[in-house]
Amino acid sequence: MSPLRGTSRQYWVAIRAMLVLTLLLGVLYPLVITVVGQVAAPAQANGSLVRIDGKVVGSSLIGQGFTDADGRAQPEWFQSRPSAAGDGWDAAASSGSNLGPNSDDLVAAVGDRQSAIEKTDGAALADIPADAVTASGSGLDPHISPAYARLQVERVAQARDLPVAEVSGLVESMIQGRDLGYLGEPTVNVLQLNIALAEMDSGNQ
Amino acid sequence: MPPLLLLILQLATLALLLGIVYRPLGDYMATVFTTRKDLAVERGLYRVIGVKSDSDQSWPSYFRSVIAFSAVGIVLVYAVQRLQEYLPYALGLPAVPENLSFNTAISFVTNTNWQSYSPELTVGYTVQMLGLAVQNFVSAAVGIAVAIALVRGFARRSSPTIGNFWVDLFRGTIRILLPLAAVFAVVLVVGGVIQNFSDYTDASTIAGGTQAIPGGPAASQEAIKLLGTNGGGFFNVNSAHPFENPTGWTNLVEIFLMLVIPFALPRTFGRMVGDNRQGYAILATMVAFFIVSVAAMTAFELAGSGSATSLAGGSMEGKEQRFGIVGSTIFGTTSTLTSTGAVNSMHDSYTALGGGMAMINMMLGEVAPGGVGAGLYGILVIAIIAVFIAGLMVGRTPEYLGKKIGTREIKLASLYILVTPTLVLVGTALSFAIPAVRDDVEGTSIWNSGLHGFSEVLYAFTSAANNNGSAFAGLTANTPWFNTALAVAMFLGRFLPILFVLALAGSLAAQDRVPVTAGTLPTHKPLFIGLLFGTVLIVSALTYFPVLALGPLAEGLN
Amino acid sequence: MSTITEPTPTPSSAPSSHPSTTKTGGGAFSPKQLVTALPGALRKLDPRSMWRNPVMFIVEVGAAITTVLAVVEPFAPALRESGGTEMAPSFTIGIAIWLWLTVIFANLAESVAEGRGKAQAQSLRATRTTTAAQRVVAYDAVTDASAEHAIVEETASADLHLGDTVVVVAGELIPGDGDIVWGIASVDESAITGESAPVVRESGGDRSAVTGGTRVLSDRIVVRITSKPGETFVDRMIRLVEGASRQKTPNEIALNILLATLSIVFLVVVLTIGPIAGYSDAAPSVVVLIALLVCLIPTTIGALLSAIGIAGMDRLVQHNVLAMSGRAVEAAGDVTTLLLDKTGTITYGNRQASEFLPLTGVGAAELAIAARASSLSDPTPEGKSVVDLADRQGHGEDTASGSMERPGEVVPFTAQTRMSGVDYADGSMVRKGAASMAVEWVRSAGPVASGTIAELDQIVTRVSEDGGTPLVVATRSASGDARILGVIHLKDVVKTGLVERFADLRRMGIRTVMITGDNPLTAKAIAAEAGVDDYLAEATPEDKMALIRREQEGGNLVAMTGDGTNDAPALAQADVGVAMNTGTSAAKEAGNMVDLDSDPTKLIDIVRIGKQLLITRGSLTTFSIANDVAKYFAIIPAMFAGAYPGLEALNLMQLHSPGSAILSAVIFNAIIIVILIPLALRGVRYRAASASGILGRNLLIYGLGGVIAPFIGIKLIDIVVSLLPGF
Repeated sequence: MSPLRGTSRQYWVAIRAMLVLTLLLGVLYPLVITVVGQVAAPAQANGSLVRIDGKVVGSSLIGQGFTDADGRAQPEWFQSRPSAAGDGWDAAASSGSNLGPNSDDLVAAVGDRQSAIEKTDGAALADIPADAVTASGSGLDPHISPAYARLQVERVAQARDLPVAEVSGLVESMIQGRDLGYLGEPTVNVLQLNIALAEMDSGNQ
Repeated sequence: MPPLLLLILQLATLALLLGIVYRPLGDYMATVFTTRKDLAVERGLYRVIGVKSDSDQSWPSYFRSVIAFSAVGIVLVYAVQRLQEYLPYALGLPAVPENLSFNTAISFVTNTNWQSYSPELTVGYTVQMLGLAVQNFVSAAVGIAVAIALVRGFARRSSPTIGNFWVDLFRGTIRILLPLAAVFAVVLVVGGVIQNFSDYTDASTIAGGTQAIPGGPAASQEAIKLLGTNGGGFFNVNSAHPFENPTGWTNLVEIFLMLVIPFALPRTFGRMVGDNRQGYAILATMVAFFIVSVAAMTAFELAGSGSATSLAGGSMEGKEQRFGIVGSTIFGTTSTLTSTGAVNSMHDSYTALGGGMAMINMMLGEVAPGGVGAGLYGILVIAIIAVFIAGLMVGRTPEYLGKKIGTREIKLASLYILVTPTLVLVGTALSFAIPAVRDDVEGTSIWNSGLHGFSEVLYAFTSAANNNGSAFAGLTANTPWFNTALAVAMFLGRFLPILFVLALAGSLAAQDRVPVTAGTLPTHKPLFIGLLFGTVLIVSALTYFPVLALGPLAEGLN
Repeated sequence: MSTITEPTPTPSSAPSSHPSTTKTGGGAFSPKQLVTALPGALRKLDPRSMWRNPVMFIVEVGAAITTVLAVVEPFAPALRESGGTEMAPSFTIGIAIWLWLTVIFANLAESVAEGRGKAQAQSLRATRTTTAAQRVVAYDAVTDASAEHAIVEETASADLHLGDTVVVVAGELIPGDGDIVWGIASVDESAITGESAPVVRESGGDRSAVTGGTRVLSDRIVVRITSKPGETFVDRMIRLVEGASRQKTPNEIALNILLATLSIVFLVVVLTIGPIAGYSDAAPSVVVLIALLVCLIPTTIGALLSAIGIAGMDRLVQHNVLAMSGRAVEAAGDVTTLLLDKTGTITYGNRQASEFLPLTGVGAAELAIAARASSLSDPTPEGKSVVDLADRQGHGEDTASGSMERPGEVVPFTAQTRMSGVDYADGSMVRKGAASMAVEWVRSAGPVASGTIAELDQIVTRVSEDGGTPLVVATRSASGDARILGVIHLKDVVKTGLVERFADLRRMGIRTVMITGDNPLTAKAIAAEAGVDDYLAEATPEDKMALIRREQEGGNLVAMTGDGTNDAPALAQADVGVAMNTGTSAAKEAGNMVDLDSDPTKLIDIVRIGKQLLITRGSLTTFSIANDVAKYFAIIPAMFAGAYPGLEALNLMQLHSPGSAILSAVIFNAIIIVILIPLALRGVRYRAASASGILGRNLLIYGLGGVIAPFIGIKLIDIVVSLLPGF
């Protein structure tokens, strides 16, 4: 067999192999996984959507903003971590800030966030946890640290005219520990907390 | 719970899981690549593609097959991107631009999975599945095949052949990657990773806003993205996205997936050369690097130095609350040491030295444990260098596993270790040396100013040449310069080493085996493990020390 | 024309007579050698010759550029600026000087090594002077073997061709390498071997080879020339000891590739620093970059590599061994199977009578006397030892006084009869020889009792099992009655100290196989006594060849010695074939080494030297690369600390200033070459030990030591440099 024929034969084999594999791995495999996923865990497979009265209000896994149209934090909701996704919590454009550890922009942003929290939540600078003033990696972090949740209790209670102890109790009940006790960090899911908060609030009225 | 304890417990869990599968998976892979029996489905496929499964190839023929298959892959991935608007499930997205398509095609075929693009804004489900997910499988299978070919070089005696590429490719895909990926894709779905063909779901939030919640076949791609040490995310932020990596435990599963094949391949190697202790020695070297590296990165991140980081009170910028610092650094270390390049936190926002560790991990040459297959062949090449120097030091013509390390072997190993440093350094230097390019790099691409901006460029070339694919993602890489230069770095960083490795395999296979005597340097004892560790370290440290000094070190020590 | 040179007692040839007792390394290294080698070192600065050593060539180019910059700098002070630091005015000139010194030191190492071979070459060259040769025109080996009737023409020795035949008479120099085809002569070979005692060379057999340039002391011989002009043994020897024809060995080539690769990597590193550092306006000056490059590329090993190779050959020459190629020396280090001829290597060449074993009914005295008688005219050492034994036992007088002291015809040993003895005038005879032949001889005179045969068999077997050689003594009286008297136990005496040496070899992973023509029983006993791992008994040249092939098929590397023409195929087949200088030219051509002392145990020294050569290279390579760590920590902070003061944290050695740090690293880099020259010439110490043991030790000394030493060295140099004005 001449080298040329050998080479062209190789390519002919390669093309057929690639098509066969594309069929197997690019079509068959995802379809099978989809079918199995939709049967075995439909809620998760479809995005862990949270519905209120049948209407989708978000996903328990996707962080969202509790801000007004101008992007200002609404004091009656627990606030998520800062987001760099799109204009903020844009689930169609996940993104971190990618600002470096010595970035002047980041120093300014962190400083602004800290003074905002100082102002709205009346917290001492030393008590503000890092997650409260840093943008998450995805921009869609659904969680905040328990410390940040606790920090917001007073403000939220005040804004909603609820007893601090009740809101505080709600927060404590919503704290999720680490998986298996040592995987990841303790979290509070902001959307779920706010939904529970809203329920509690409406129940009180 | 103190972070140190968290780290130890998570590493212990990984060690336990990986320890459990080391033998069975390693042995299984050895059987897959040594058995003469084909599965019924394989026999059918071989008939379709026109391959005789019992005919072995010489190394040049094997290499030509690798190149032919990869070339077809590049064309295919390029084509589906360019034709996106005509494909179903495109989500209304237009054709991907030429320059970007080219970069992405090279990127996925070379197992790098560098993403100059933001997937949500660029590629629909069809491109993800037909183009990218397929390459996630086959580029990994190519890596394994090449590694197995090299191992055969050691195992065979006076043989003109090193195996059949097509058989290795199909067996690796069908018997190893596909079943594992399928199982773990379902596990990930249960954990919350999405798997559907829906378009965006519009949500009206309780605060009165709206949010478009994405859909897509993410889990099927996520599993193989990690298992094949590919790393190309379904979403822009990769495994930081809650739909790719929703919980603390899926995070551990994903880390496990990245490590499972690279850490089991040494067993396959030991098994195939008939001495499991050789596998343990390679494994021990890899593990040593992993532990040192993960400890260092975690320590730097916990220390949280840097003006912004310390002001915030901790290195949480770019990190997800559910993972925390420890969950992020284990993932980050794993991803950069395995050539996966997936991220669950933004490396650009790591502390200077923490991000520097990510770079150092890649600069080690992706050998501890490295990408699937690529890690094993990489460390075996370094082992050849170590054996050569050690062999001289004991007064014998050096030999490894009974194969003489002569002029030809050293020449090939030398060429191998020459490739990536040259690509990294020359690529980085050209970015600043060509005035027009420099203006573009500094004006358009670099996101963070000053030293950190330099680190972004250095990281990009380090990642591309080592086929890692992670990034200091602030860098805007979707420019003609980076799309082209990084594509070249990825292509040469993948296929030149493969060329040298296969030539090495051919040269070793052709040799007879020298019997072991008391004068033979034992390559399974702690002394050799230490030597191999030192060689990996010295080869990379000596090369990259100056650029590290100008980037992360200068930033971190100021 | 006086061309016979007495062995010159130079350091390089003095140890020749007792090679095994001198430490490998020969003459001590003295600073004086550096001075004598200096002119040669300067001559080697010619870029055309530097080019062959890429690592040092880079240094030379760097030195040249730096020199130009040093000249230009006073007119352009801005050049002094480097990475935000202003260097001292004398910085560039200092670097330039030390870079040139680095190159010169490297050349010095090579020159010193070559110089050590020069003395020997000089004396050899004297023998190469063109002499007049008596060439036989149309030599006819059949009708006129002695060439007495042939036409002889005078030719210059340089014009002799392969296959020419020459006549050499006493007092003449042999004009070229060849084989004696007719005649016997005593030859003075001192010019080559250093051994002043003349040796006998004769046609036919295994001592027929003569070397050009040696002198015939007696008689007349006809020699067929076996070498081409300019390629005689002496020519090759001169080239070897001078290092001129040194070809790089496979391992050396491989190492060179690795070193070149490292150099390329560092070249890329240094070339890319400029633009990269330019991004942060910290670009170092060209001088600083050159300094960094020179410190990073493996100059230490690059400078010493060829000296190590030459010194390795030189060590062999000091052991009076000529390797035909460096490849052979390296192969010697790799040998895994050593074939050793029993006689002369494991045992003293001659067996000695240790006991007389009479048959039942034969008096001890009778046997002793007969044995003595059979050996009186036997010139072999064995024969003498029989006489000695009889004398010691007090049977000497019997003969002296008496009965058997009478004239007789000596019957010499032949391969056919395998017996020797004496035939007396009265018809009585005495014989000693191999058992089967002796019995046959007795039988031919009449029947032998079966009991006698059985008893004899028993004794013969016992002697064999003990590793001895049984010689049966028989007599035939004048009346024709023949009878067997008994057996002489000839014992092989195993050399002392061999057991330890073989144990050493075993530790080094080398298997020893004894080759002997003895029967398996004898071979086994001697093998056990000497401590060899295996033996090949009743070996024919074909067996030997087959054994080598078998070993090689198993992947072993085989070394052997040989001298005879029938050894030639095996010598050629073996990976390391050491021909004895006394051997035939066929053997010498077939082997890849020649032992001038014709000492078969030399093989063990050769293996050792081969290993030492590789170990020295490996260790110094490791040292050289390990040095880079400290140099980095000296230079990198110095390069960039001006722009990034934080990098001062990497200045672990607390070096005085950027300028002093860089200059100190360059000075260390140069001085270390000179410091290591003696080690390169002497070779790294080598003890027989397992590979792990050797590696551990060398890694500790040259690896860890290589990391630590420059930290100390550079710091000390920096203390001195910091005293210079401007630093």
